[in-house]
Amino acid sequence: MKFNGFRHLREGAKGLVRNGWMTFASISAVTVTLLLVGIFAMVMFNVNKISENVEKDVEIQVFVDREADQAKIDAVGKQLEQMPGVASVEYSSKEQELDRFKEQLGEGSEAYQSVEKDNPLHDRYVVKATSPDETETIAKSVEKMENIDSVEYGEDYVEKMFNFLDGVRVGGIILIVGLTFMAMFLISNTIKVTIFSRRREIEIMRLVGAKNGFIRAPFFIEGLLMGIFGALIPIAVVIFGYEATYGVLQPQLMSVNASIFSLIKPSELSAQIALILLGLGAFIGVWGSTTSLGRFLKI
Amino acid sequence: MIKMQQVSKIYPNGVTALREVNLTINQGEFVYIVGPSGAGKSTFMKMMYREEKPTSGSFLFKGLEVGKLKNRQIPELRRQIGVIFQDFKLLTSLTVYENVAFALEVVGEDKEQIRKKVMEVLDLVKLKHKARNYPNELSGGEQQRISIARAIVNRPSLVIADEPTGNLDPDTAWEIMEVFEEIHRRGTTVVMATHNRDIVNKMRHRVLAIEGGKIVRDEEKGMYGYEI
Repeated sequence: MKFNGFRHLREGAKGLVRNGWMTFASISAVTVTLLLVGIFAMVMFNVNKISENVEKDVEIQVFVDREADQAKIDAVGKQLEQMPGVASVEYSSKEQELDRFKEQLGEGSEAYQSVEKDNPLHDRYVVKATSPDETETIAKSVEKMENIDSVEYGEDYVEKMFNFLDGVRVGGIILIVGLTFMAMFLISNTIKVTIFSRRREIEIMRLVGAKNGFIRAPFFIEGLLMGIFGALIPIAVVIFGYEATYGVLQPQLMSVNASIFSLIKPSELSAQIALILLGLGAFIGVWGSTTSLGRFLKI
Repeated sequence: MIKMQQVSKIYPNGVTALREVNLTINQGEFVYIVGPSGAGKSTFMKMMYREEKPTSGSFLFKGLEVGKLKNRQIPELRRQIGVIFQDFKLLTSLTVYENVAFALEVVGEDKEQIRKKVMEVLDLVKLKHKARNYPNELSGGEQQRISIARAIVNRPSLVIADEPTGNLDPDTAWEIMEVFEEIHRRGTTVVMATHNRDIVNKMRHRVLAIEGGKIVRDEEKGMYGYEI
């Protein structure tokens, strides 16, 4: 049995040319689908990154009672460090807090004058949990401790953000699945036209004893090529587009909150996204072509 | 070579094409199938290359139960059988050479072998000089000879022809029959459905007459036997 790869490749390519407009429509459908998939995937990757950042960043602010003396303050610190689920504890005295506050207000303002005389701030501990799930439990038990004025953590904010991100994710996946099916449908129709125009050839192939695999191969390749061609533009657009977007957006986001809004570097994503789009394109193409063939190969 | 026992074929729409047919065809025989249109000739032929399955009964080809073959075994069966039709079934986009080579490409023969075998068989049908022509540049008789060449290039042990002279004028029909005679002389079994009484009566072979899905006559060196 000789290797028929080149014959199948040639026949597959012929099929593409023969149905020029249908091929064009199918490739366009794959292009549009993959473009949206690509953009969405980039957004999702970054959303995931940011939500990870947020999760890591969730911290508990523990404000110590103003009546407490230094020994009691230190005791609180010790207690916090020994709590289960606590990753780190940072201390900032009321004087340090005041300095930060002053920085934010700017010297010479009225508010500055008033706080300068009598420091209204608390000594503060910043507690980080080992996992975001622990945050709430830790906060609750810290509240019950002695010499604590109040405990704050970003529970509402975090929850809202996660809900929003989940919504984005679900909506995007529905959109992508729909588009993928549309592209598959278009490709399967194109292949059907090819098959129809070549049904005589298929009939003769079967008559002289061609195996189904042999008959199927050119159509398989035709679909595969459509999928791959359809992936090329989206890959280029997504990779270069992301690089440009990253260049513009990243500095601005960093200035807002560096630890949360750090995007994924383009170099880390390019190869990955190219492979995903290429694979998805190939899958759409092959699936579209093989489903439409089955009927013609039954005896 | 072919052994049919109680073979019946009833199509899903209720039409009975064959009723309990019993028949044996030996290796090297030449058999005419005659009978009015719609008598079951085509069904009979199609069953041989497994385009149709028998509804009941046993159909053995070289000891193989054809009706029970799995789909993936059918290509192997068809490589042992050459099929020829009234309408030639040539691919107009391929040259004569390519049309014949097609049957060998499909089974994965290598280029050198294909060349050798195709030229050999084109020589047999006397169309070597037209190898580079396209089918629609050829006469009907020449086209039919190409389709015969394609059917036999694989050296099948059985050649099935469904009214191979149906579209041809009498002189050309005789030329085609000469080719079949040659194939037969070389030891290949030939089964041919035909309406051509002249041919049947002059080139005497076994005649099977089918009517209403039954074999009503089976004669060595028989006559066509139907009035036109």
